Amino acid sequence: MASRALYSPRHPMLKKRDDFEDILEERRRYSDLRYALKCYTPTLYKGLVPCKASVLKTIVLQSDHLQYVIKQVSSESGDSPECVTEEASLILDEMAHRLQLSTIRFFAFTLSKAFKCLFRSVCVNEEGIQRLQQAVQEHPVVLLPSHRSYMDFLMMSYILYTYDLPLPVIAAGMDFMSMKFVGEMLRMSGAFFIRRSFGGDKLYWAVFSEYVKTMLRNGYAPIEFFLEGTRSRTCKSLTPKTGLLNIVMEPFFKGELFDVNLVPVSISYERILEESLYARELLGVPKPKESTSGLLKARRVLSEDYGSMHVYFGQPVSVRSLAERKINRSQYNLLPRHIPQKPSTDTHEFLTDAGFRLVRMQEENMVLKPWVLIATLLLHNPDGLDLSSLTEQTDWLRHLALAFGAFLDWPDHESCTEVIRSSLALHRHLLSISAGHVQLSATDSPQVQMSAEEAVFHRAVVVLSCASYRNQILHVFLRPALLAVAMQSANSSRKDDIYNCFSFLRNMFSNEFILCPGDSVQDFEEACYLLMKRGVLQVLEHEIVMSADGHSTLAFLCTVLDPFLQGYQVVCRYLCEETNENLTEKEFIPGVRDFALKLILGGRLTCFEVLSSDLQKNVLAALLRLNAVRKLKVGDQVTLKVNKIAVNSLEDTLGGKISTQKPMLARL
Amino acid sequence: MASNGSSSSSRSQHRLRIIAGHLQKRTEDQHTSLSAQNCRAESPGSSPSRQTPVPRRRQEIMKWNGWGYSDSRFLFNKKGQAEFTGKRYRLSGLILPSLKDWFEGTFGASLQHKSPATSSLNVSAVSPPNLNEAFSEDLKAAGLLASHDAEDRVFRAHGHCLHEIFALREGRIGRVPDMVVWPSCHSDVEKIVDLACKHNVCLIPYGGGTSVSSALECPQEETRCIVSLDTSQMNRILWIDEKNLTAHVEAGIIGQDLERQLNERGYCTGHEPDSMEFSSLGGWVATRASGMKKNIYGNIEDLVVHIKMVTPRGVIEKSCLGPRMSTGPDIHHFIMGSEGTLGVVTEVTMKIRPIPEYQKYGSVVFPNFQQGVACLREVARQRCAPASIRLMDNEQFQFGHALKPQVSSIFTSFLDGLKKFYITKFKGFDPHHLCVATLLFEGDRGKVLQHEKQVYDIAAKFGGLAAGEDNGQRGYMLTFVIAYLRDLGMDYYVIDESFETSVPWDRVLDLCRNVKERIIRECKERGVQFPPLSTCRVTQTYDAGACVYFYFAFNYRGLSDPVHVYEQVEHAAREEILANGGSLSHHHGVGKLRKEWMKESVSGVGLGMIQSVKEFVDPQNIFGSRNLL
Repeated sequence: MASRALYSPRHPMLKKRDDFEDILEERRRYSDLRYALKCYTPTLYKGLVPCKASVLKTIVLQSDHLQYVIKQVSSESGDSPECVTEEASLILDEMAHRLQLSTIRFFAFTLSKAFKCLFRSVCVNEEGIQRLQQAVQEHPVVLLPSHRSYMDFLMMSYILYTYDLPLPVIAAGMDFMSMKFVGEMLRMSGAFFIRRSFGGDKLYWAVFSEYVKTMLRNGYAPIEFFLEGTRSRTCKSLTPKTGLLNIVMEPFFKGELFDVNLVPVSISYERILEESLYARELLGVPKPKESTSGLLKARRVLSEDYGSMHVYFGQPVSVRSLAERKINRSQYNLLPRHIPQKPSTDTHEFLTDAGFRLVRMQEENMVLKPWVLIATLLLHNPDGLDLSSLTEQTDWLRHLALAFGAFLDWPDHESCTEVIRSSLALHRHLLSISAGHVQLSATDSPQVQMSAEEAVFHRAVVVLSCASYRNQILHVFLRPALLAVAMQSANSSRKDDIYNCFSFLRNMFSNEFILCPGDSVQDFEEACYLLMKRGVLQVLEHEIVMSADGHSTLAFLCTVLDPFLQGYQVVCRYLCEETNENLTEKEFIPGVRDFALKLILGGRLTCFEVLSSDLQKNVLAALLRLNAVRKLKVGDQVTLKVNKIAVNSLEDTLGGKISTQKPMLARL
Repeated sequence: MASNGSSSSSRSQHRLRIIAGHLQKRTEDQHTSLSAQNCRAESPGSSPSRQTPVPRRRQEIMKWNGWGYSDSRFLFNKKGQAEFTGKRYRLSGLILPSLKDWFEGTFGASLQHKSPATSSLNVSAVSPPNLNEAFSEDLKAAGLLASHDAEDRVFRAHGHCLHEIFALREGRIGRVPDMVVWPSCHSDVEKIVDLACKHNVCLIPYGGGTSVSSALECPQEETRCIVSLDTSQMNRILWIDEKNLTAHVEAGIIGQDLERQLNERGYCTGHEPDSMEFSSLGGWVATRASGMKKNIYGNIEDLVVHIKMVTPRGVIEKSCLGPRMSTGPDIHHFIMGSEGTLGVVTEVTMKIRPIPEYQKYGSVVFPNFQQGVACLREVARQRCAPASIRLMDNEQFQFGHALKPQVSSIFTSFLDGLKKFYITKFKGFDPHHLCVATLLFEGDRGKVLQHEKQVYDIAAKFGGLAAGEDNGQRGYMLTFVIAYLRDLGMDYYVIDESFETSVPWDRVLDLCRNVKERIIRECKERGVQFPPLSTCRVTQTYDAGACVYFYFAFNYRGLSDPVHVYEQVEHAAREEILANGGSLSHHHGVGKLRKEWMKESVSGVGLGMIQSVKEFVDPQNIFGSRNLL
């Protein structure tokens, strides 16, 4: 293990967080119309080069970068440069936003109405807004909100409008565009659309990156995009995508901008609008294509109570200070800057690292509601709990979570019972409560006769919905939980053994959770520190020993990771036992699902989370990363080549049958 | 012997006539000479041109702890008005009414808060010389002039970096040379180098002493006797070849003397670095100097035809005066930029040109810096740059204004007001963004006028407005007095420094913005109370890029170690330059100040090449200034 330096100051508990203000409060008191028509004079970037949205297109098309790529594409394809330019122009038309204030005002009016229906409150940290106000003036800003709901970017623009901040332009997936009217509305409120995949399309990439960079360089508007790339269906943060991050950082790398401010924004919902939709999607009911009529049907959602919502604007992160000593900017000296350049290995590493850190910041500032704790406990007790013991355990968990630095929004002046009662009320559709006994269930369950399979899926929807709340707090428990499991399976109290085990688990789960690459030692020390502080462990020089009253905490932490450990083992078993040489990538998810379903129906598995396609995909990604599975492209089919010995031994290790030893890791 | 008497008297009469002729011609020349020297200090009085204005005891006419001549300095008089003393410069004796407001406003400085320098050198603070007795004996035996007087030694222990001058003002004296020796010709140098090798003495060549790269600093770790080899007495023009337009000159001559003496013969070199009043020909060669008018005459590497250098291995020189050779790597390029690490340049043959018939200053105002740079780029693209073209940013433009002398007539001030009105109100230039380019044209009259039109036409395309000769000339005058201003600032808690780089055209704007911003940010982070002055100008244009000069200055009240803060800021600024595609230096050189970046700048192999040359030429490290490597 590397240096056992003293615990680094990255300690979550020491973080001071700002207070919130409910922006709906004012909306409930004053006219929405007047609000929509208010005088809007945003603070502007000091280096702003004023230009209209329509002029942007010309600037992009005439940029040296795009001109260079157009010539290149033209000489490669044989098409005339005019023809390629035309193509570029069409791409740009398809992509470009047409931000206009009138549309924003329209949204300001309608969304005020909608938000007031949906949410009890929308809380924003005002200090964050003030910091953003500063940041916006100094350098171009990139807003990086977490992504849990369609609501996210509407809400972002709404808030920025409310606080007289410049309205962002938002990178949105092309799927919105198919909603005819709504797509155009979004475009006019600042969304620009990018295709989901354009891997090899040089021209598309050039147009897209130049478009974003031009807006950034001119200080046209804050650029907003989702690091996670898509909405997280599980409410766990997703592994950051680095493509757009590279685009917004490159103007700094190349010296075109002195600095860029990245502002992570954490948006959390007490109840997510898409909750059961996500669960169904994870279970393989395909996601409905976004359509206007579909959205109208969603009107039903307006009649429900979604509790409160929190938006936390994090500390702006300067790309310059982030890159200090990590990026040698002179690497860009020897190539004219308009010639596109693939990021070098160390740039790539930097981008990944930065992405992870930004997502971690989002996680850490995500407000957690009491329900998150309750959901965790209910998942741990499938047979339900008495209200009194639920209350007692929730209170215990609350203190543990706080000790680990959770950003918990627990009402100050209410009794624990009262808090739990109101949380249960808000989420009653996931629960059945009878005679003081609380249990997860589907309220509208026994209407028709269901097949056993249907019943399983029905229950799985509830479990996955509930899990999406537990997932919100996972990042708080993750490191101590990895340590707890490591201690359990290491069968040794030697620090090195435990670390090896920890490191193995961490490596295994690094597609599942946000674990910054290369931070293994740091994470281990953080876990040790937290548990030691809590009095659960004693960390000696070479040994880690459980304290007398540490058992319950460790047991709880192990239970937290249990669904994942089980899930990973099931997938491994599937790959070892149920597959032949010709397993295609497409067959993988349905295959695992059927296999898991069989196990559940056979009573050999009680963990419903295995049915989640998210988990299944993550296992596959991990196995691919560890080279236990390889992808083989034959024609247009991708088959998976499974190294059964490796997968089997991973499964055994996860099950604690084999202790983690270095040689075995090396073999992988 | 009697017969001899008459002939000798007739000879002496003949000589008198010649000298008288010289004197007469000289006074005529003074009126006709046209080079930029009307901005520069005039050399003292009517002394015959052969006599050097650089005495061995330089401290007699120059400041020991500041820039330039002792009689010339800025000060705030009793009325709080700035004035420039002495008689040497155009600005001398004039009042600069707006300097005080600019000074106080820009730096938050106050005339109440003074930080005066120690008035005279405390000789006892100078450590006694560590003499190599055998070397001194041999030197004396060879009839060479030497001194170990404290003042002489201190004077040669520094260049003009901020930290060097700051320490002197505080009376702090570090390691100084143990001895100064004044060779008067090439063979003297050969003797000295021979003796230094024989007795293992460290030699540091000293020319004009205007280094801004810590090149003259004595290395702390040097334990041998350090001898400063002052070339000032090797200052003759040995011959002029009018057929080939070359002159053979001893390398100790300083710029203004060289130029003046050539002017007397109707020629010039056209090499006019900003330091030319004090810097020497040998120094130019050793640092790869660049002159203001390089667009016509070229930089030093274009001007030299032949160099003679004495090294511990012997003399290095080429065998002929051919204008170009293909004989392997050009050995001149081992010498140029060697910064005193390989030997002493003793004699140089350089190109000369007839004095141009006509010279004209000019200036153009641009609405903003971007437009100005675009114009310079276009001028370079069309390869029609005037002798000199420089673009100052807005801050420097305002600074230039603060240095306007008091105008004598109401009419001029009225005209100034009108001009200002025209530019800011009628043309809509924002006084906080506009910037100005200064121009200098040279050549025969017709061509100059034609050339001028061409340049102004280009400027007009970029929104530039011609702003008169006066503004142009003042811009160039500033070059010579700006160094004096630093001493004024230091009297009132303000320190400043300049540094330079060269950069491709497409990065000029980004580099300027980023470096200026970095300076401001670093100052803030390091506790500088008042925003610093952070400004730049583009001073040279090339086909593929430009030379950019930065000035930065700040008020250091409240800082416990201002020089350290300043050094950190300069360091950060240099990192920023390198990160933005700028070079380590355009013409100041590396010295000891910038050598940490040498490897990064020229690659490990490149550095190894330089190292191996050093090892071959000077295995004993006689030339032990430790610059560059």
